[in-house]
Amino acid sequence: MINFSYTIWIPLLPFLMFILLGLAGHKLKPKLSGLLGTGGLGIITVLSYITAFKYFFTSEKVDGAYQKITALNFTWLQFTDKLHIDLGVLLDPISVMMLVVISTVSFMVHIYSLGYMKDEKGFERFFAFLSLFSFSMLGLVLATNIFQMYIFWELVGVSSFLLIGFYYQKPSAVRASKKAFIVTRFADLGFLIGILILSFNTKTFDFITLTNPAGSAIAQGGGIVFLGLSVMTWSMIFVFMGGVGKSAMFPFHIWLPDAMEGPTPVSALIHAATMVVAGVYLVARMFPIYALSAPVALNVVAWVGAFTSLFAAVIACTQTDIKRVLAYSTMSQIGYMMLALGVAGYGGHEGLGYMASMFHLFTHAMFKALLFLGAGAIIHAVHSNYMTEMGGLRKYLPVTHITFLIACLTIAGIPPLSGFFSKDEILAAAFHSNKLLFAIEYAVAGLTAFYMFRLYFSIFWGKDTQYHHTPQEAPATMTVPLIILAVGSVFSGIIPFNKLVTSDGKILESEIELMIAIPSVLIGLLGIGVAYIMYRKESAIPDRLAATFKYGYKWAYNKFYIDELYLFVTKKIIFRYISDPVAWFDRHIVDGTMNTIASVTQNFSFRIRAFQSGQLQKYAFVFITGAIMLAILFIYLWK
Amino acid sequence: MASIMFILFSAMIIVFSILTVTSRKILRAAVYLLFVLVSTSGLYFMLNYQFLAAVQLTLYAGGIVVLIIFSILLTSHISQKFESSGWKKNIFSAIAAITGAILSIITILDYRFSATNEAAKEVNMRLIGKSLLSVDYDGYVLPFEVISVLLLAAMVAAIVVAKKGAPKTIGLPKINQE
Amino acid sequence: MNSGIPVQYFLILATVMFFTGIYGFLTRRNLITILMSVELILNSVNINFLAFNRYLYPHKLEGMFFSLFIIAVAASEAAVVIAIIINIYRRFTTINVEDVNEMKF
Repeated sequence: MINFSYTIWIPLLPFLMFILLGLAGHKLKPKLSGLLGTGGLGIITVLSYITAFKYFFTSEKVDGAYQKITALNFTWLQFTDKLHIDLGVLLDPISVMMLVVISTVSFMVHIYSLGYMKDEKGFERFFAFLSLFSFSMLGLVLATNIFQMYIFWELVGVSSFLLIGFYYQKPSAVRASKKAFIVTRFADLGFLIGILILSFNTKTFDFITLTNPAGSAIAQGGGIVFLGLSVMTWSMIFVFMGGVGKSAMFPFHIWLPDAMEGPTPVSALIHAATMVVAGVYLVARMFPIYALSAPVALNVVAWVGAFTSLFAAVIACTQTDIKRVLAYSTMSQIGYMMLALGVAGYGGHEGLGYMASMFHLFTHAMFKALLFLGAGAIIHAVHSNYMTEMGGLRKYLPVTHITFLIACLTIAGIPPLSGFFSKDEILAAAFHSNKLLFAIEYAVAGLTAFYMFRLYFSIFWGKDTQYHHTPQEAPATMTVPLIILAVGSVFSGIIPFNKLVTSDGKILESEIELMIAIPSVLIGLLGIGVAYIMYRKESAIPDRLAATFKYGYKWAYNKFYIDELYLFVTKKIIFRYISDPVAWFDRHIVDGTMNTIASVTQNFSFRIRAFQSGQLQKYAFVFITGAIMLAILFIYLWK
Repeated sequence: MASIMFILFSAMIIVFSILTVTSRKILRAAVYLLFVLVSTSGLYFMLNYQFLAAVQLTLYAGGIVVLIIFSILLTSHISQKFESSGWKKNIFSAIAAITGAILSIITILDYRFSATNEAAKEVNMRLIGKSLLSVDYDGYVLPFEVISVLLLAAMVAAIVVAKKGAPKTIGLPKINQE
Repeated sequence: MNSGIPVQYFLILATVMFFTGIYGFLTRRNLITILMSVELILNSVNINFLAFNRYLYPHKLEGMFFSLFIIAVAASEAAVVIAIIINIYRRFTTINVEDVNEMKF
């Protein structure tokens, strides 16, 4: 048994760094605080890699399966003997994998931010928030029980809120941060309800007990039926609602595009690589329950994922803000992961989807972070977010160009880049499960290739735009992470996920199925080809197409008016017909009662205050009169 | 004879009492008070309490009134006339006092006092002295001791309070002086 | 000696004196005159005690001793009150009770 107790430092170190930078940051030189934050993350990255190595290659396996190891656990809040909330560190294949993903991407983003955020006001604040985020995210993935996960889940939400609203003087950023917080918080309500139902039925919070496929927890609650579904199914659907919010799945996706108001490194870290996959992680964490006890909930996961991936891909084709394109692409890719989880089963070859999902999570973190950081470099050079104002940048930004191209090829699923492998696994899993889902994913694969290369060609090729000042390649602090992540994107596909991260911890035999792989590559190439024709040079085709499908284009461009729908529902219906009367009641009846009591008391005291005049004789007069009156009362009236 | 004395004393008491509380010259008020006290001691004589009457004369008439006159001399101008207090205050106070008085008088007149048939005890100095120092059932040594302590305390207190130059620990606080 | 006068007369006399004192206490402004009113009140009580003692319980001496003690208490009270009045006069340069009203709201 290997001692993993040092892993407590993995979440703790960023927390200490957050305290340090948050409290003393303004006293340090900005550069120093940046370096401190980055250094802390560097240590964590090293620790994570050591942990991953030790876990995957030296820890003992039982029955050829990786074991869940509780490296550390202590009771945090003890309510009763049975009801207590623990904090601890749980190591299992997915949490270790997430450690690697988070620490790598976070470290890269830290380095990148040193260059990107240079000379920004609130540099040390930025790093403090990044540390807070790293702490929360690491705590989330290492959680030993669902309640700890929920706590860190909310912390992640808070740090996301803080980072989106980093430019707090910008009204749009403030709006976006509020929106993100409220939408995800609303979804988390479902998560909390789910937790309560789940733990009420299973009498435990602990993941190991909960997800033990042979354990009693899974069997419980299946018997109780509510509205035609078992209680377990309901609880898992509610839990998934939290995942939907965090992972920006339809219908809670509206916050993610707006969240791009935050600084670009934040978008790369939080809104592409780590936080938004928390929902996927959550489903994966609870996967045995989904698969064995709540197949209907798993179906919901699959369909939500599939719909979101298609929906987001269509919108992505029409957007012009490059960060928004990437945001929709992220949604689409997460939809993929959800779908893969949704079509998976527990154990054996059925678990292909689970493995594929985790695999895709891993590779997606690499290439999507790379894309965002690349986009950041472009924005940094051009000072614009809109690809209509860009073009021909390949001459000015060679490093960015190459890495961006690699990332685009990866996401389009071109072999032998990593995206190909993971996406192929997902498609295979979908193929074996549900042909309709498979068809949707095929379409999305083509769309993905198309919109990514639309982006790529418009930025780096296309028309030769004249810039106010010549765009310059970013400094080394920004390009080095790009290169590292590009290397990761290219080679992470060879990581044998089927041996490492599977639903039951055992090795999963899988190979590339040519019948699926070849068409998927072809459709990717098709998408690229279409994009090439349309955007390689300035051409009238896109406009004509837009004119042809006028309404479709307009709907997609306006994101299918989901935001407007939300606004309509909240403002016109909820605010007007529920909140306004409630507010009126609160202001006039509740407050009014209290105010009346207060003002009556006050008036009354002002009136009677004069009694306390300090005039001895007045007191004596009152006293004597009172005494006489009492005498009259008792002697004559009270017979 | 007795009733004439009583009428005389009571008339003096009532008249001078009223003059005491209404006179607008303070020294005169003090003198009227003196008359009241002397008349009261006359009543005590009438009731056969000679010792108490003597005490009344020496202590009240001789002691307290002199003390009051001293303090008047210390704090007021003798010739100074008070401005009359507000008529409202006077009227209301009078109403209260008269109501109370009427009430009490009615009660007194209503009540049937019943005297005992026990033989009256002759009050002489020997009896008073013995009773004051006796620990028997009829003895008053405890109140006597208490009153002696009280007198001592009052003496010390009067000196300490009236002493000059020690306002830090006694008297009114200085809060509003600034 | 007292046979001709009913006890009620003494009591009524004491009552009148008492309420005269009360009236003085309520209307006078000068602290010293207030003190005088208090002395009136105390005296009226004394008269009551003695009248009760003589008429109702002639075989006992409680009333007389009570009066004696009241006189002693009144003496000490007068001493302390006059000390206080002098102190107030030093601090406020007045002994008008209406001007000594620090203890108000």
